[in-house]
Amino acid sequence: MENEPRRGRVLAYVVVAVVAAAITAGIAALLVNIFQRKQEARAAYVRLVDVTEDDVDPAKWGTNWPREYDGYLRTAEPTATKYGGSTVGPEGTLPPQKAQRDPWLTRIFAGYLFALDYRDRRGHAYMLNDQEVTRRNVPSEAKQSGNCLHCHASIMPLYRKLGNGDVQKGLQAVGEMNYWDAHAQLQQASSDGKAHPVGCVDCHDPRTMELRVTRPAFITAIAKLAASDAPAPHLPSIDRWRHGDRKIAYDPNTDGTRQEMRSFVCGQCHVEYYCGKGMTVFFPWNEGLKVEQIEHYYDSLQIKGARFKDWTHAETGMDVLKAQHPEFELWSQGIHARSGVACADCHMPYQREGSTKISEHWVRSPLLQVNRSCAVCHPYGDDELKGRVVAIQDRHYALMDRAGKAASEMIDSIVALRKPFDEKNRAAAEAKAREKLGANPDPEKLKAETKAALLAMWHAEVEKDPRLKEVGELQRAAQWRLDFIAAENSMGFHAPQEMARVLGESIDMSRQAEIRAVALAGGKLPPAQPAEAIPAAR
Amino acid sequence: MAPRYWVFLGALFGAMIGIGVATFKYAAGLSYLSNDPAACVNCHIMRDEYDAWRKGPHHAFATCNDCHVPPQFLRKYVAKALNGYHHSTGFTFQPARPDEPGAKLVFEEPIRIKAKSSQILQDNCLHCHGEFVHDVVGGSTFGEDAIRCVHCHRGAGHGAR
Repeated sequence: MENEPRRGRVLAYVVVAVVAAAITAGIAALLVNIFQRKQEARAAYVRLVDVTEDDVDPAKWGTNWPREYDGYLRTAEPTATKYGGSTVGPEGTLPPQKAQRDPWLTRIFAGYLFALDYRDRRGHAYMLNDQEVTRRNVPSEAKQSGNCLHCHASIMPLYRKLGNGDVQKGLQAVGEMNYWDAHAQLQQASSDGKAHPVGCVDCHDPRTMELRVTRPAFITAIAKLAASDAPAPHLPSIDRWRHGDRKIAYDPNTDGTRQEMRSFVCGQCHVEYYCGKGMTVFFPWNEGLKVEQIEHYYDSLQIKGARFKDWTHAETGMDVLKAQHPEFELWSQGIHARSGVACADCHMPYQREGSTKISEHWVRSPLLQVNRSCAVCHPYGDDELKGRVVAIQDRHYALMDRAGKAASEMIDSIVALRKPFDEKNRAAAEAKAREKLGANPDPEKLKAETKAALLAMWHAEVEKDPRLKEVGELQRAAQWRLDFIAAENSMGFHAPQEMARVLGESIDMSRQAEIRAVALAGGKLPPAQPAEAIPAAR
Repeated sequence: MAPRYWVFLGALFGAMIGIGVATFKYAAGLSYLSNDPAACVNCHIMRDEYDAWRKGPHHAFATCNDCHVPPQFLRKYVAKALNGYHHSTGFTFQPARPDEPGAKLVFEEPIRIKAKSSQILQDNCLHCHGEFVHDVVGGSTFGEDAIRCVHCHRGAGHGAR
């Protein structure tokens, strides 16, 4: 009994000591936390290894910039939005053919390799691999040129090597090789014997980490755009250069603003270009970035005495154009570009790791992280933001689908016009082919030669008859407009009004071609297509 | 209790207070009582807002406190204390990688203003510009559906860009 108060006192003593210890531990933990955050804010990176212009392997850069490298690695993960990408199968599975959703693609690309294989996109990590496995680029056929590597591989060291330091000369040399020869050279030039997809060194200066553009085709093209009269209100540095003495050509690396560089680095590849065999890769920006300015430039281009074309349409026999993915060009026509928003603002939004602010290097659709990309300027909820974008994309898809159907019916009508001509002249064409091949020709060869002779006769007929020529011109223009929009990867978002305008023109031209072709063939127009609710894709 | 226990307890509390004061000093705790906008970037998370304010139109006329806390002495320090509490717990317990899937966020990122602070901000707009806009702001400037100056004048303080 005597010990009771004493024991109570000891208990109180222990409780007070434990509480004090817990508080002290808490304060110490807070101190360490504050210390950590201060350290993070002070050192954005630690340069553990030296990187140079020849280090094309991102893994080495990853030693110094692990956060950015982590993001880059994640570009291997499959992602999908309503209209782009796919998450079918595990990492590395090839996405579905685009023609599964839009069968008219196979019609407009008849006779071109894109009718054979044209899949939805994968992430940056797969850009080189995709090019190696596509059926458009089979090694034994050697149909593609080394030009393709301009944008799919980290190729600058090879350009410098082949041009003895002169990148432009190296570019020409690679363009003269076929794809697989250039690919082998690229592996030889690499320090680890491997070809790498576009990586860190292609957009970052290895000494300062500053953004810079490296691709010669972009540097040439943006200088030509600056020297043209085309308005470029979304690129203020071009305006400034135009007001200067213009003695030195516009150079994005010295004239471009920091914000512009955040779009220019993407514009090195996400553009309309020509990279076929026998020519050095170029971007057609001499007259401006709009669809008709590029078309006018192509139309005025003479290649070996003939007007520029990408291929001859197999069904109609008309010379037509192929559009690549003009993201930079169509972004340029939109309100976001006009407001000074760069590609990286939405596709590589800023994010926080501790006290460090970094750009997300898992480049992907902004729809997959609207909170970081859209909400920084448009402070509404995730669902509201996604709803706004998808509304634009649904309307765009509905219009594009109509344009695709119009183009298919146009092709039907021109085929109906060509068929009687072919029937009438087949015998003459075969005689020509036999004359060329001599006695007892191989039946396969005879067939091919007859087909070529028929096409040549049809070409001559189209050139002779202005009514046929007019139909051919309409097909070229209608297809070019449709493809320019369909090949672009924003499903209408980058410039909704401009893209609707271009699709509207395409539909108009397809139908103009169709009514002319039907009248010439003396046939009937197909039944009218009823109006329908906006179709939801997939 | 024997005196030696009190010595021991005293030492324990002394250590706690010592480390507490050191932490307070290291965290520049006193700077939060000042009017210096640099104090708001002590914890780095306001770096974007601070940078934007320095380039924004108001930087020559108004500091963070002029817009974000009430001008009256008592209300000012109550608001500061509440903001300080929210910001410090937020920044301490927010996951270092808030974008990781499944990260449990203490606050939304990018950071958003709370209704109460938004009202303080609105009142401060009118504190300076009230007479000038008296005829324009006919309706309510408080409550849920209030017209807020920054709804249109987004870039006045620190627009995103």
